[in-house]
Amino acid sequence: MTEAALTEAALTRGEAALSGLRGRALDLAVGLALLFMPFWMGAIGGYTELASRIVVMGLAAMSLNFLLGFTGILSFGHAAYFGLGAYGAAMAIKYLDAGTIPAMALGMLVATLAAMVIGALIVRRRGVYFAMVTIAFGQVFYFLAFRWNSVTGGDDGLTGWHRLPIDFGFARLDIFGSDKAFYYFALAIFAVCIGAMAMLLASPFGRTLIAIRENERRARFLGVPIEFHIWLSFVISCLFVSVAGALYALLNNFTDPRALRFDLSGNLVIMAVLGGMRSFWGPLIGAAIFVALQDYVSSHTENWMSVIGLVFVLVVRFFPRGVLGMLRSGAKA
Amino acid sequence: MPKSYSCAGIDRRRLMKSGLVLAAAQIASPFVIRARAADAVRIGLDNPLTGTYAANGKHELDGCQMALEGINAKGGILGRPVELVVEDSTSGDAGAAVQKARKLIEGDKVDFLLGNVNSALALAMAQVSNEKGILHIVPGGHTDAVTGSSCHWNVFRVCNTTQMEANAVASALVKEYGKKFYYITPDYAFGHTLEAGMVKAIAKLGGERVGGDLTPLGSVDFSSYLIKAQGMNPDVIIFLVQGDDMLNALKQAVQFGLQNKVHLAGAQQEMEPLEGLPPEARIGTWVLEWYWNQPGVPHVAEFVEATKKRTGRVPTARTWFGYVSTWTCAHAAAAAKSLKAVDMAKALQDYHLPPEIALGPNPAFYRAGQNQLLASLFVGDAQAKGSAPDDLFKVTKVVNGADIADTVEESGCKMTWPT
Amino acid sequence: MTQVVLFNVFNGLIVGAFYALMALGLSLILNLSGVINFAHGGFLALGAYLAFTLIPYIGFWGALVVAPLLTAALGLVIERLLIRPLYGGDPLYGLLLTFGLAYIFEDMTRFIWGAQSLPFQLPAWLTTSLSNEFFFVTGYRVFMIVIVVAAVGGLFAVLNYTRLGMRIRAGTRDLDTVSTLGVNVRVLRSLNFGIGIYMAGLAGVLAAGLLGLSPTIGASLIMPSFVAIIVGGLGSLLGTLLGGLLIGVASGLAAVYFPSATEAVIYVMMGLVLLIRPRGLLGEEGRLH
Repeated sequence: MTEAALTEAALTRGEAALSGLRGRALDLAVGLALLFMPFWMGAIGGYTELASRIVVMGLAAMSLNFLLGFTGILSFGHAAYFGLGAYGAAMAIKYLDAGTIPAMALGMLVATLAAMVIGALIVRRRGVYFAMVTIAFGQVFYFLAFRWNSVTGGDDGLTGWHRLPIDFGFARLDIFGSDKAFYYFALAIFAVCIGAMAMLLASPFGRTLIAIRENERRARFLGVPIEFHIWLSFVISCLFVSVAGALYALLNNFTDPRALRFDLSGNLVIMAVLGGMRSFWGPLIGAAIFVALQDYVSSHTENWMSVIGLVFVLVVRFFPRGVLGMLRSGAKA
Repeated sequence: MPKSYSCAGIDRRRLMKSGLVLAAAQIASPFVIRARAADAVRIGLDNPLTGTYAANGKHELDGCQMALEGINAKGGILGRPVELVVEDSTSGDAGAAVQKARKLIEGDKVDFLLGNVNSALALAMAQVSNEKGILHIVPGGHTDAVTGSSCHWNVFRVCNTTQMEANAVASALVKEYGKKFYYITPDYAFGHTLEAGMVKAIAKLGGERVGGDLTPLGSVDFSSYLIKAQGMNPDVIIFLVQGDDMLNALKQAVQFGLQNKVHLAGAQQEMEPLEGLPPEARIGTWVLEWYWNQPGVPHVAEFVEATKKRTGRVPTARTWFGYVSTWTCAHAAAAAKSLKAVDMAKALQDYHLPPEIALGPNPAFYRAGQNQLLASLFVGDAQAKGSAPDDLFKVTKVVNGADIADTVEESGCKMTWPT
Repeated sequence: MTQVVLFNVFNGLIVGAFYALMALGLSLILNLSGVINFAHGGFLALGAYLAFTLIPYIGFWGALVVAPLLTAALGLVIERLLIRPLYGGDPLYGLLLTFGLAYIFEDMTRFIWGAQSLPFQLPAWLTTSLSNEFFFVTGYRVFMIVIVVAAVGGLFAVLNYTRLGMRIRAGTRDLDTVSTLGVNVRVLRSLNFGIGIYMAGLAGVLAAGLLGLSPTIGASLIMPSFVAIIVGGLGSLLGTLLGGLLIGVASGLAAVYFPSATEAVIYVMMGLVLLIRPRGLLGEEGRLH
């Protein structure tokens, strides 16, 4: 009875994210666009690396949205786990001569452990206080990366290494030499991660998260262990964001403390909001717009920061439901 | 049909439209001309235009643009017009710098890459330029590794290494002021190498390090370190902090009246922070990598006048770095008679720049096997007032870079060429 | 050694007072309006730059009075136009909006005043030490303490002895009831915001005397303010004041024993507080839960 009630509550809010023909059509459109991005990217003034960047940031934003849009918890410090994933992978390659997949696994492990510990500490807070605490913890990791010079390279970042071609035994994927190869590698990882996220969201666990977002008190009265669910959602969200971070390090052949700073956290949140927090693909759309916009604008004016700031302000004031949110309500009306 | 909401009486769509117009106006502000001539040679500049190093980046950009005009006036590179494509690397985000480097190389198909003020970003970009085989000139990134342990055949550097700066100023300090030195060092790789270099240079002359502090980058308050420093009774306090950190430290040191008890000095100094200091804080012995006031040296006055006309201010070392970097591209292509990076890099080995670009009393050349420009260093004292409102530095000695640089082996550079 | 320690503690109190000034403005806005003002650093920088521009016309003392007022005026405009519509909504939007504003502020200050650090000129008698023995006690640092004490004293006086202050304090506890009692809550929030921004502007003018004036000073000073609020406790202004002083002293002591950690130590303190007493030293349980 509980589960049905929760699902009912979630669906009545218009959570048609993953069901229905329109949902399927959107999935197909996005899938095709992603599959062929390196090819159509060039035509509109982009380049393959930009496409890879969009995929990486899209994954990060969608991971954040697992917590933000679907569980309703505001984390403004996700860059910390993104960065931990990046540093974990980079250090594995630089110091342990690890292969690409083990390196990414290490990054994921480090970040997830951190998320488990910190999540436990902060899970009782909500709203503004939770946000502030995530910001502050994010800064702690920024500091660690910054000061622990000997290990992390400090402000200069971890350099002097690069991603290596992956040997599958029967085939060799040269993700270092070929930008396109790396893009498809990143896309594959992306697909696996968001597939997992989609499955989780469609499961009873996922439905519970949505119910918590909608009305935490009611969910508590229904007997749902709130703190545990929020903690788990936080950990899952950080896990996937760390994968994005590891990919980011591989993309750049470099990682530095900027990957941990609160501006990245803020950018991830705006990507989720810009695209539409309440929809599954929203953050990816938001990431695509934001990354492409930033790339384009910063090439044409040195006041690009104002433009980006303006985007934040405009989204909050006029598009709080994001691109997909607007499209959805537009179609309804 | 979407409804139009009104908030507080303002029509949402109208406001949105005006917002978009505002944004478009921003983008349209004339900054870089991206009209592409089909057969142009392109130089890509990936440097900070925002953030902490924005001022330095801006001045390097000025130098690049002045050089560009000169190059095009003389017929361009290999008879083709030259364009400068500018990207903002930001002051610290290596991801952005690398992204822009790739954009310049793959998207804009530049023949040369220039940058970065931030040493760490310069190293990250060097990895990309080396991977892609593009000639890369670093105008103002100082960390030794660029032409040292991380040197590449395709990467050249105009500004000095930290060791050279340390060597230049060390003898002046030990001779004039004493043997006991206290260090205030920024706690990052550049700071550490700079301190190590200074300690080495000063030890060679008989000085000793009586103490020091590693200060976090972006420190707001230096009082604790200054209090400690003063307590150790050194002859000289060496400020290795740069940019805004140096500004803060010097301002506070002067407020404490420390300059009356101890001599204040450092290694690298630049016009940009000097101009940011109130006159009473413009003190200390430093080394500048290039200075505008060089009476008696040919061509310098014309360069200064041209810069003043174009930008409204005197050139700084950064302007000169940008100027030299861009002209180096032209000279490399002319000397190699080709735009192939390997040919140009080979042509630049031990290449001497002509005096109207060297703009200093000593010859300026790229040392073979290291790709490091060796030119002149200007040791002197910051001053509150000089012969002109911009004369903030009194040069006491011009050092020849070639005399004080470490050998190629000592630098740790082992250059390998592509087969 | 004890002398160095004492010096650093005293100095830490001075710097801590400055942090407290900034954090108090932020705390005021947070407590009443529930908005995390990420743009606080931007307002600080604006106060500093306005003072720099005004000094040639009205002197340092004139600028000290006028610049924070101008900054507060801009704050009121921004509150009215951009922030007011967000009240009562998801705190996410306030955070995002002020985040974007912070970007715009930094870029606009660079656009208007240039990227280069500007020489901020203080009156000569402020920039010298007051004694040879205690050389770090410069006129300026004493002046800073005086201003901070005056500002904090003024703030507490306003909050405790004026009707506006009483309404603000009541509103922090229970805004609905205050509104029901006929108080114009919108105006209250605006004025509260204005006061908070005034403090930021004032802190900016003070900062410019101590630090180099560049477009990035706002961004570098905002984090200690957050930590001060977390350490002191949300919802308590006294806590924020205490938090600011504590982190100032902690940094000073760290500089003596463990210099590389002078900045990290404030985050360690924050971590400890969150572990041992999550509501902060003087915070109230259940605030903004």
